[in-house]
Amino acid sequence: MTSKINTYKHFTSIFLLIFSLFIGLSSNLAASEPVEHAATEAHVEADAHAKAHDPNAPVDITAIALEHVADAHSWHLWGEGEGSVALPLPVILYSSTKGLQVFSSARFEHGHAAYNGYKLEEEKIISEDAAESFYDISITKNVAQMLFSALLIFVLFTSIAKSYKLHGVTSAPRGKQSFFEPLITFVRDDIAKGNIGHGSEKFVPYLLTIFFMILINNVFGMIPIGANLTGNIAFTLVLSIATLIVTNINGNKNYWSHIFLPHAPKAIWPILIPIEIVGILTKPFALMIRLFANMTAGHIIVISLIGLIFVFKSIYIAPVSIAFALFIDVLECLVAFLQAYVFTMLTALFIGTAVADHHEEGGHHEDDVAVKH
Amino acid sequence: MNLFILASLIEPAVGLIFWTTITFVLLLVLLGKFAWKPILNAIKTREKGIEDALASAENALNDMRELKSNNEKILAEARAERDNLLKEARDTKEVMIAEAKSKAQADADRILSSAREQINNEKNAAVAELKNQVATLSIEIAEKILRSELSNDEKQKALVNNLMKDVNLN
Repeated sequence: MTSKINTYKHFTSIFLLIFSLFIGLSSNLAASEPVEHAATEAHVEADAHAKAHDPNAPVDITAIALEHVADAHSWHLWGEGEGSVALPLPVILYSSTKGLQVFSSARFEHGHAAYNGYKLEEEKIISEDAAESFYDISITKNVAQMLFSALLIFVLFTSIAKSYKLHGVTSAPRGKQSFFEPLITFVRDDIAKGNIGHGSEKFVPYLLTIFFMILINNVFGMIPIGANLTGNIAFTLVLSIATLIVTNINGNKNYWSHIFLPHAPKAIWPILIPIEIVGILTKPFALMIRLFANMTAGHIIVISLIGLIFVFKSIYIAPVSIAFALFIDVLECLVAFLQAYVFTMLTALFIGTAVADHHEEGGHHEDDVAVKH
Repeated sequence: MNLFILASLIEPAVGLIFWTTITFVLLLVLLGKFAWKPILNAIKTREKGIEDALASAENALNDMRELKSNNEKILAEARAERDNLLKEARDTKEVMIAEAKSKAQADADRILSSAREQINNEKNAAVAELKNQVATLSIEIAEKILRSELSNDEKQKALVNNLMKDVNLN
């Protein structure tokens, strides 16, 4: 069931990505005909202004869709162009020459102004001095949401922990407890115990943390002004590296002997061992891509469907767009839970293979499962 | 431009990696200490409590069932004992009545036989007395008769003659 939905999701996401690219390209072509098109990046701004004022000008849905799922240095709330309302976020830069610099992203005036030798281009900070190398560790929209969600998760679950202390364990769970307790026991029993088996208690806190971190941010991503954190590859990269580390530092003798001393004729070891070593990396890599692609795809589908109204420039397409967008939104609600579950479940599965006591040919089977999802 | 943004989509940003790592590790440690540990312990305690409660309820039910069956057994025993007692009492009553009857019979028989014996004795004594008196009376009568018969000679001769007449010398 789960794998079917995911196959479907991958299919639709690829399809829609191609679809939206196609629409974007055609609208660009349409734009280039009547308007005297300026090739340089600097003039795109002017185009954007012209478009904002001219209601008949074609809308670049691709750019909007991709901007929508990308990270930003300010938290855009509503409005377009000059009339947009956005919260400026702190910019933190570290360069070897200038040291640590902290200032508000409002200084860039939406990319119109340079500040301190830096300017904002396509939501990316670049130095005016091409030779300067620096790290951008700004509190971007995604970082801000992550910090907020982390705080929320911490406050939420410590308050739940407190209510256990307050009301004792003999009374029935109430309020937040009654909503989250089944999820916690689900992660503990079905995900952890089901996939790791004996000794799963040790990994339950880790699994719970990733489960709720992904779930809460998936849900936040669905709120219109929310950030697409779980659809950002940097975030999924860190989580999958965490899984890679947890899996491998807990790998027992069986796990490593399965990789370096496989049950196969010695003649094919030179092929098998590199495959097994690559396999260590492909598992978390698949985790990273799966979550990123699923969440990003969902967002792009919704904005593409809404974008159809502007592509066809007809109000009559709106009911269709809204109906489909609503359907995809409801599907995304399911996917928010599903992807949190899949990520956590596969993490547990990988840990399970690493700590399995008895030797079995389970590794290949689990790879298959990972591929199917 | 599109491809540029597309590339930025799959290019992990250093800043986000940095903050995610810090946040995730901190969250893992803090939640592990302040949230998951107490919550999981509490849930475990509750589950154990529920399990224990269920087990004790089962035990109580078993105990009650046992108690009930015991009660029934005791009741049945009591009933049997009562029946037994009643039966014994009835038997005893019958035995007592029979004994009393036989004893009364025996007493009556004894009294009757002694009475009969006494009556017999009395009767014999009376008969003997009567015989004695009759004998005495007879002798007195005989004497008186003899005296009157033999008071003169004539009468003595007449008697001898009369007796002689009856004697037939053959």
